[in-house]
Amino acid sequence: MPEKTWPLGDAALLVELGTRIDTALNARCHALAAALEKRSGVREAFAGYSTVTVHYDPERTSYTAIKSAISKLLKEKPRVGPSGRLHRIPVSYDGPDLAESAELLRMTVPQLVALHSKPIYRVFMVGFVPGFAYLGPLPAALNLPRRRVPRTHVPAGSVAMAGEQTGIYPLPTPGGWHLLGRTQMPMFLPENDPPSLLRPGDRVKFHPIGTP
Amino acid sequence: LIARPADPAEPVLRVEKPGLLTTVQDLGRPGHRKFGVPPSGAMDRFALAAANRLVGNPETAAGLECALTGPTLLALQPCLVAVTGADFTPTIDGAEIPSWTGVYLPAGERLSFAGRRWGARCYIAVAGGLGGSRWLGSLSTYLLVEKGGHEGRTLESGDSLRLAGPAPRPLIAGRHLSRRLQPAYGREPALATLPGPHFTRLARTSRTAAWKSTFEVSRDADRMGFRLQGPQLEGGGRELLSIGLTAGAVQLPIGGQPILLMADHQTAGGYPVILGVSRAALPLAAQLLPGDRLSFQEVSVAAAQEQWRGTRAALEEIS
Repeated sequence: MPEKTWPLGDAALLVELGTRIDTALNARCHALAAALEKRSGVREAFAGYSTVTVHYDPERTSYTAIKSAISKLLKEKPRVGPSGRLHRIPVSYDGPDLAESAELLRMTVPQLVALHSKPIYRVFMVGFVPGFAYLGPLPAALNLPRRRVPRTHVPAGSVAMAGEQTGIYPLPTPGGWHLLGRTQMPMFLPENDPPSLLRPGDRVKFHPIGTP
Repeated sequence: LIARPADPAEPVLRVEKPGLLTTVQDLGRPGHRKFGVPPSGAMDRFALAAANRLVGNPETAAGLECALTGPTLLALQPCLVAVTGADFTPTIDGAEIPSWTGVYLPAGERLSFAGRRWGARCYIAVAGGLGGSRWLGSLSTYLLVEKGGHEGRTLESGDSLRLAGPAPRPLIAGRHLSRRLQPAYGREPALATLPGPHFTRLARTSRTAAWKSTFEVSRDADRMGFRLQGPQLEGGGRELLSIGLTAGAVQLPIGGQPILLMADHQTAGGYPVILGVSRAALPLAAQLLPGDRLSFQEVSVAAAQEQWRGTRAALEEIS
């Protein structure tokens, strides 16, 4: 599928490589973002699931120059990047939506916990708020739409899922995902640079631990 | 000229009244979006950059952003200040001073504000730039995580403010930016805007409505973004895979009422992005309050970038 490009204001653009949650596609987006960040005039490139948002300085490059650089870069054979760091994250599966989610998915709570903690997830991107990693793909058997009414306050450390995604809330924020449990491991590391435990391309494995 | 510029080792200003929401801001911390950190920085970047130039600072120095009301600041040392952006009637010891002008503030005198005449946010720059805690390369306050600026928070009564470094010399009062070189601020600006990536998903009538209608800034308007109220826009509502965002992006959530993202915006989101407001127009948006109105005026990438060059040229008139 050929890429599509649109302006995003007058100093950024969005390029879309596909429309699915897919590990290989996301890896291509990250490789493209890294290659673009090496170009002069590119200030920052943000890889989404299947897109890259490129922030540029119009005094040093142009929309059309970046667009043609993208086409050229995408013709090159994709290089396999290093696989990211593996994080083992202990989770107490005692979240307020655990029982309801299991019921909606027509399974028992232990089945849900086993399914959710089995895969090694990929960090597709970090965004929304500092340190929030979008993890996936989630097993198809766990796909649930977001909560109809989002919570106004989700505690930091909440492990949650929605659609094909799972993640950990790094800060107390509003949120519409289903809360399955909690981890004590801090996700937002304000004294570090980067200030996020999880980085794009990293891998995450959840480990159920007994509730104290 | 001031004989003895302020000593950066000693506090230069004491906060006697903080104002409603006064924070230390510079031009932000771009480059950290991929870890979820927004660029932050001044909402009206033109006004902060101009204030800095008026006191001889680099544009990137930190100053104060004051929303809706101004603070009362006692000068502990003589300094050169400039007040730009919204007009909150700046005064020194009760006598009104000109905005958009470098003004000498003697030790023992107070910079305060007699009331809002126009606009949402005013900026105060001090020669030497304000100090504070730097986070990821910037002094901008990011309230969500309580980082940057003055202890990561809004100013409070009793706070002492220090300079980041020695004031540039010589200190020259009286630099001024004339009205014709300021952005075309107003209570109902037409914002130069580009169609966004998902504009064509809008129904045909909604595409026309996006350009022809006026939108009102709702009460849900802060440094993260403004929820707008206007005609119901159809066709955007479906959630997409999250993409990287930028200030000026206009998202269309379920419900059909758009959100204009501002300095502390979320860095990724899954709502369709129907419009992108140009850099030159963002200062106009930054000065709007709930109840004010705006419209979107379609421009090309080239035209928007040319407007930005005009904005830069106006700033460079200050020297």
